Order: sequence, then C-alpha cells, then structure tokens
Amino acid sequence: METSVVASLVSKSFGHGNHRVQALDGVSLRIGRGELFGIIGPDGSGKTTLFRILASLMLPDKGRAYIEDFDTVSQYRDIRKIIGYMPGRFSLYQDLSVEENLKFFATLFGSDIEKSYPNIRPIYRYLEPFKTRKAGKLSGGMKQKLALCCALIHNPKVLLLDEPTTGVDPVSRLEFWEMLDLLKAQGITVIASTPYMNEAMRCQRLCFLQNGKVVGCDTPENIRKAFPFKVFSVKSADKFRLLGDLRNFPACHACYPFGAYHHFYYKEGTIRMEELESYLASLQHEEIKIKESEPTIEDCFMELMSQGGEHGN
Amino acid sequence: MKQFFAFVEKEFYHIFRDKATMLIILLMPVVQVLIFGFAITTDIQNTEVAVVDLSNTPDSRGLIDKIDAGTYFHVTERLASSAQLEKLFKKGDIKIGLIIPPDFSDDMAAGQKTKVQLVTDASNPNEASIVNGYLQNIIGAYSLNRYPGDAPVVGTTVETRMLYSPQLKSAYTFVPGVIGLVLMLICTLMTSVSIVRERELGTMEALLVAPSKPIYIIFAKTVPYFAVSIFNLLVIILLSIFAFDVPIRGSFLMFFLASITYIFTSLCLGIFISTVSKTQQIAMIISLMGLMLPTVLLSGLMFPIESMPAVLQGLSYLLPARWFIEMGRIIMIKGLGFGYIWMQWTILMGMAILFLGLSVRGFKVRLT
Repeated sequence: METSVVASLVSKSFGHGNHRVQALDGVSLRIGRGELFGIIGPDGSGKTTLFRILASLMLPDKGRAYIEDFDTVSQYRDIRKIIGYMPGRFSLYQDLSVEENLKFFATLFGSDIEKSYPNIRPIYRYLEPFKTRKAGKLSGGMKQKLALCCALIHNPKVLLLDEPTTGVDPVSRLEFWEMLDLLKAQGITVIASTPYMNEAMRCQRLCFLQNGKVVGCDTPENIRKAFPFKVFSVKSADKFRLLGDLRNFPACHACYPFGAYHHFYYKEGTIRMEELESYLASLQHEEIKIKESEPTIEDCFMELMSQGGEHGN
Repeated sequence: MKQFFAFVEKEFYHIFRDKATMLIILLMPVVQVLIFGFAITTDIQNTEVAVVDLSNTPDSRGLIDKIDAGTYFHVTERLASSAQLEKLFKKGDIKIGLIIPPDFSDDMAAGQKTKVQLVTDASNPNEASIVNGYLQNIIGAYSLNRYPGDAPVVGTTVETRMLYSPQLKSAYTFVPGVIGLVLMLICTLMTSVSIVRERELGTMEALLVAPSKPIYIIFAKTVPYFAVSIFNLLVIILLSIFAFDVPIRGSFLMFFLASITYIFTSLCLGIFISTVSKTQQIAMIISLMGLMLPTVLLSGLMFPIESMPAVLQGLSYLLPARWFIEMGRIIMIKGLGFGYIWMQWTILMGMAILFLGLSVRGFKVRLT
C-alpha cells in the first residue's frame, strides 16, 4: 500500500513551567492511501492535537508530519488544498443556511455546488430537504453530515475527522460510518477518532493514544489476537460487591465492569470456571453466572491503557 | 476574486441576520446626533426674560420689543417693581431679568451713557454667562442703532465678531465631531470583534484549513461595515442639514471624500485590534476604553485641543478622529478646499495603510 500520511516522532506541549502539559510525546504513524484509520484514546490523550498538527493548523515542537509527501509546516498551503478536515467542535457558520455554508466552502476551494455534487451526493441527499435551514438549527447528526459535506466539497485526498460522531444519535452514527466506507472505497484516506468501540471496529487499523503516546497500533483483529489473557464474563445479584471480590481473587489479572457483566482477565490455565464459581458462592453471591468470552476491542483498550499507565509511572 | 466575493457575501449575511445589532447600528447615529444637537447644545433658544420697565417711554418699549423680536429671547413678564422680579427668581421661573431705570430715555436723549441692569440666575454659571452675553449684545446694538450719530458716546459695547459661526452655534462644531464618534463606534468597535469572534466560535478552524488568502478574509470583513457606515454618514449629514440648519460651506464631495477616508482608517484600526486581541472581550475593551474615551475627550469633539496640556495634545495626534474632525470643520464650517486639509488627509491614509499592513502581517494562519 502506498503511504499517504506520515507522522514521525511528533511532540507537542502546551503551557509553561509547572503547568506544562505534554499533549503529544514522540508519536509516529504511517497510514496507507485509501486506508480507514482509527484513533482512539481517553479524553486528553492528544487526539485533537494530533489532528491539528496533521491539518497544518498547529506546529509540532519536535518531529515532522507529511501528508501526500507535503510537509505540514513548510508546505501548509499545498496541504490545505488536498485535505478535508472536520474539527471536533462544529465550526461552520450557524447563521448561514445549509446551502449557503456549502456554497461558501465550495467557492473557497474554487469550485461550486454543481461541480462538487458527485463528491457529496451520498451525504447531501440526507440534507437536501433542509437546505434552507440555518446550520445552527440542525440536529447533531445533521450538523455532522453538513460538516462532512463541507470537508468533502473539494474532493480531498485525505480526510481528517476529529470525533465526528460524538453527541450523535446511534442511527446517524451508523449512517455516518457507512458513508466513510463509501469514501474509503473511492480511495480517500480517512483518519477518524471515536470514543465508540463498535465504530473503532470498522476501521482497517487502529491506534491507541494515551498521554500523548501511541500504546498500540494494529488491525482490530490482530489487536484482539494479541490480547494475552482469557476472559470470563461474570454476573451476580450484587454487581458492586462482585467487582471487588473478583479483583481480590488471586488469579485475577484485572477486572472491569462492561454493562451487565464484569470482564475478568486471567492467564490461560491458571483457574477453571468451577473454582471461580465456588469462590463466589463461598462469599454468599447469588444468581452467579459465568461464561467464557472472546476478548473485545474494549478489553484490549483497557489492558493497553493500564500498561501505558504503568509505563508512565 | 470569486473567493473574495464569497467572503463579502458571508459577512453581509452575518450582519444583516443579527437583527439586534443591525438596529443599534442604524439607530445609534440618529440618537447621538439628536442628543448632541438638543441636549448638550450651548445655544440660546427662547430664553424667558422678565422686564421691569421703570422708564416706560418709546425708547424703553423699543428696547423690549427688540429683545422679544429675535428667536433667542421671549419677554414673558412685564413687572412693576424689582421686588416682584426677585420673587420670580426664587420660584425659578426665569433665568434673566432686565431692569430699565426711570431716567433711561432722558439719558439717551441727552447723549449720555444709559444704564440698565441685568439680573441673572447664576446657579448654572455657564448658562448664565452665555445668556447674559447674548442679551448685552442686543442691548448694545439697540442703543447704537437708535442714535447712530452719537454712537461713540452712547453706550459702550465691545464688538466681538464670531467667525464662521456668527451666532456661536454649537451645532456647527459638534456635527463633524459626532460623525467622527459614530463612525468610530461602528467601524472600529464592530470590526474589532469580527476576526477574534471567528476564532472564539471555532469557525476560523474550518476557514483556515481551506486555501483562503488572509488578505481576502481581512478585507471582506471591512466591506459590509463600509457600506453601513456610508449609509450612516448620509443620515447624519441629512439630519444636520434639516434638523440643525448646519450648512456645508465647502464642497460636499470633498467632505464625502474626507469621511470615506476616515471610515477606511477606522475599519483598518478595528481589524488591527481584532488580529492582536485574544478574546472578544479584550477587543471590546481596547476599542471602548482605549479608543472611544480618548476620542470623546481628546479629539477636540468636546474640548478644544489647544487648551489641553502638552502631553494630552501629543496623545490626540494618535487619534484618527482628531484629524477627521479638523477636516470636517475646515470643509463644513470654514468652506475651504483640499489645499487646507491635505495634511490631515495624508495622515489618515498613512494610518490606514499602516494598520492594514500590520493586520495582514499579524494574521495567524494557524491556531495558537
């Protein structure tokens, strides 16, 4: 696969003296052309800063980044012609209508709505019924679709999407990712961050960011395969007490709540299900239910985060 | 170029869709002109006069008629004694009283100096001295005209000739000042928040990622305010002519040219403030405290620059409004041509180019 986006040892910090915050710390990435690449990480892990540096909107303190072989610092003008960027915060004009916003951004790129229509048609058809409505009066999902339209209007080679589905209803989120699949099929490089693990699963490759460092980067499949533990899903009547008791069990590597169940990680062969069941029964837990599960991407995420935390300390 | 017009169109939408701001922008000049014209005026208009005529001769009645005839004074009370006059003052009904002594006519006929007494309510000293001065002039002129041949002996009047504004009409001088103030408010204050607002709202992020030229972004911001300012300028001029009878003695075109230059300078200054301010509040404070206040106090709008301490006079050189007000007075009231305003005009243009250049240079193509 040809390379589309490169970040090499990118570092960035904000503030002064004691309040200095290291937003990015030696981040290196290589993303192929036409790849759908996901960036996940907790709040404050440096995702937005990374997007802004890639979009040429911020200067890195150290390291370099390239988009389609253009340097993000010295060749920012060339980069701005070929990227589409959707900031994390809605940044279109709220007092302009859907159509006026589109027209404005089309003109900025030396195009117009008619010429760009093929690029945006699959998304714009959702918006067309509301084209005279002010952008500020759109629902969250519609706003994001409009922002995506504006980012796509000049047929960019690389699309940078900073949490495009945060605060959007599940149906719109699904639609949004279906659109990204379409764009990927057209050969556009798409880099998106998301807090939702089911969305992350749709990416070809994923990168975990924590405290400004890349703590893992691979396909979702490989990330799951590399998970070094087995997982029990455990449930009982008293969920809260159960979590503490599971964590106190000697063979427990870690245990996190996941919806109705707690995920209990252990080294293969260290315990059997019956042992755990009798341990919980001895602690007067009722309605105990234990089953073996495949590790999810979220399990991997939690594990990578706890490792990253240990490295950090 | 198409890009530039797209920017301009967008800016017009922003302004015209913000109904509240629009209303303020359009009403402010009218209100300001009316306030300055009527409330802060130092003109005498229909001041009520009480007269105690102890002479009661054709001469004295002639004087009273003369006072009553103009638009400045209105003789409301004719009293029999000065005791009654005092009562009226205590009630606060009148501002000024005139007592004509019994021997007024005899003295006049004998070619001697006549004496009349003016009693003024000096609780507002400024107003009292103006009213007093006006009435003295009328009385002096009367005695001169009545017996023209004996002019040197009869009565003593200091002849003052008020140049350019013979009636000392304050409207004449305040109009260029108000134009200067209103345009400064609209151009500088409004534009000073415009760029920093886009940074605060986050729209700058989307704008910067597009290949847009900074000069377009900056220039397009000034265009709608330029249009609005010219509209306001015309409103103020029409109001001045029809409500306050202010003449434009010089060339109207010249005045228009001077105003447009001033508008341009103010816009560039506003844009400059916007590029250096971090937040909308800072931009507002700079424009209001750093600009409006000095403009009102130091530009010659309210107080004559010549009577200020040297330091403040020096400061006033930095205010665009100072140069505009000078130009305005030269053209509107003195009726002189470009030969007398070229220096002020060049200074304003220089300021505009300086601010524009600094803005384009200081425009940040990245987020900070």
